Amino acid sequence: MPDLVPALPEIFLAVMSMALLMAGVFQKEENAGRSVSYLAIATLVVTIAIVGVVADGRASTFGGAFVTDGFAVYVKGLILIATAAAVLMSREYLEQHGIFRFEFPVLMVLAALGMLMMVSANDLISLYLGIELQSLSLYVIASFQRDTTRSAEAGLKYFVLGALSSGLLLYGISLVYGFSGSTNFDALAQLFQAGESPVGVTVGLVFIIAGLAFKVSAVPFHMWTPDVYEGAPTPVTAFFAVAPKIAAMALFVRVMVGAFGDLGDQWQQVIIFISIASMVLGAFAAINQTNIKRLMAYSSIGHMGYALIGLAVAGGAGNAEARADGVSGILIYLAIYMFMNVGAFACILQMRRNGRMVEGIGDLAGLSKSNPAMAMVLAIFMFSMAGIPPLAGFFGKLYIFLAAIEAELFALAIIGVLASVVGAVYYIRIVKVMYFDAPEEGFDGPVSMEMKAVLVVTGVVTLFFFVWPLPILDGAGLATAALLPG
Amino acid sequence: MIIQSLAFYLFSIVTVASAVMVISARNPVHSVLFLILAFFNSAGLFVLLGAEFLAMILVVVYVGAVAVLFMFVVMMLDINFTALREGFLQYLPLGGLIGLVLLLELAVILGGWIIAPGAAERAAAPTPAIDSVHNTEALGQLIYTNYIYFFQAAGMVLLVAMIGAIVLTHRTRPGVRKQKISEQVAREDSIEMRDMPSGGGI
Repeated sequence: MPDLVPALPEIFLAVMSMALLMAGVFQKEENAGRSVSYLAIATLVVTIAIVGVVADGRASTFGGAFVTDGFAVYVKGLILIATAAAVLMSREYLEQHGIFRFEFPVLMVLAALGMLMMVSANDLISLYLGIELQSLSLYVIASFQRDTTRSAEAGLKYFVLGALSSGLLLYGISLVYGFSGSTNFDALAQLFQAGESPVGVTVGLVFIIAGLAFKVSAVPFHMWTPDVYEGAPTPVTAFFAVAPKIAAMALFVRVMVGAFGDLGDQWQQVIIFISIASMVLGAFAAINQTNIKRLMAYSSIGHMGYALIGLAVAGGAGNAEARADGVSGILIYLAIYMFMNVGAFACILQMRRNGRMVEGIGDLAGLSKSNPAMAMVLAIFMFSMAGIPPLAGFFGKLYIFLAAIEAELFALAIIGVLASVVGAVYYIRIVKVMYFDAPEEGFDGPVSMEMKAVLVVTGVVTLFFFVWPLPILDGAGLATAALLPG
Repeated sequence: MIIQSLAFYLFSIVTVASAVMVISARNPVHSVLFLILAFFNSAGLFVLLGAEFLAMILVVVYVGAVAVLFMFVVMMLDINFTALREGFLQYLPLGGLIGLVLLLELAVILGGWIIAPGAAERAAAPTPAIDSVHNTEALGQLIYTNYIYFFQAAGMVLLVAMIGAIVLTHRTRPGVRKQKISEQVAREDSIEMRDMPSGGGI
């Protein structure tokens, strides 16, 4: 009998997802969606508590296929918070569009389960199964608004390209397994301790990187992102932009640093390339966008580019301190990214006029007159994403760039700073449209209580991060220590 | 020994050739039939490897269920396959080039054929010795013990697939006449009580 305690959060979530399904089936159709979604939020909150209680150093189970450590606990916390926020934010939209069926929160919970499994994966097979569980749930909720062509198209596109990336990933895994004889991360790490590997493993590694880069939507595997973000229902886009990105990035770090950490000189250059390409494309391609959801898609591509700088730093052999700073830089960046994006999407979800969603950037014109509070909050998020001090986004970029300089990856740091200057153009353009353009008709009011709560919490974290940054910094430090001992 | 190698080459050549036919056949029904042929030959390869159970499962599940389902889809849905194929020639040079580069890369790797020391033993480590248990038993011993996590995780993936299929396709349409046997039988005008005069008919 394997030790089930380390996997308790996942087991709880799996059992609860089935219980929620039952709860939804045996209820009247009108209130099933609402009650199941509140139950789902409660489940996710309880899971956060279980993750915290179970956390006790590094523990692995199921024959080393599943591991939980400080790193997993930190990232799981972020994922569960992001998922709970996404479920909370989706209620209003789904009700207004008449698609509030109880399967929606259930699928969100199942996606969260997949993400937790990804973060705890310590074997290439559990990695793949986690990714598939997550992705399959995401494909379904992307086309949840099945009566509109755009949503169905988004789901189908995501599915086809996701299947392709899974194929690449599996092919890489099979090469690594074939040439090394193991899929377990610990065994692989031990095998490649000397920093040498058969060429087949290197090729497999490149395929694995390609598959994972698709999941974090890094250039050149980003093509699906703008279309899927635009077509999916807005609360689904809000979810896509945050939780799956965090999970995939954490998985990326665990695979690269945990299993192939000593092969850094073989994959570091690949990561440097996709990082630079993502930052540059994220900055330039977003400038001409008129649809705010597409803009957020390019913005998230750019943000993943910045986070990948940390991974490139972690691939540098030798300088242990810089590697640790790289990993903790990613973790800090992901936490801040989560708060900024959840907040920004909470604002975008308020863009309704006469009962219909509007998505043009021009529709925000004169928001400072019609709804000054929301204009101010959105301006905070936009300035933060642009990296203007003293907002949270600035510190996220600061730690990443500092790590890059410490590791003497100057080109990466310089291109990163330049790209964020270019990126600032489109973030600040939104602020300009809100404050200086001729006012349009105001949005439908009033803002519901749960949205207000989300906006206040994310806004306060983004605005006052610099006052008390210790919770996030300490958490990231502990998580890094768990991944890179010594 | 020689028969085994001959069988291997026969099965592999037919598998590859029928796989090519799957994507190049003009008639989609032929494609599915070639797919079935490919499945059968892969099953043959499994038998050569000594994995009879996998071979049988491949035939039962893929040929028996999946391929038949494909056949239904191809025959029931009115998809214009010639329209789908339109860009094929246009993209052939680029796709062919990428395929060729990949093939060359693979040739380089396989030509090197350097395997980490002890890879084969490590890969074989969890499985019981092949001459002591037959392989259905060996699989059963592993799946429900060492690999229970993967087994359960795969189960969750299938659950999501099931929920997804229902969410995306199920609709409650108004005006559908469902069969409710008890109500239909108990309908008032379906039974008529008559007083019969004795000795006479209706």
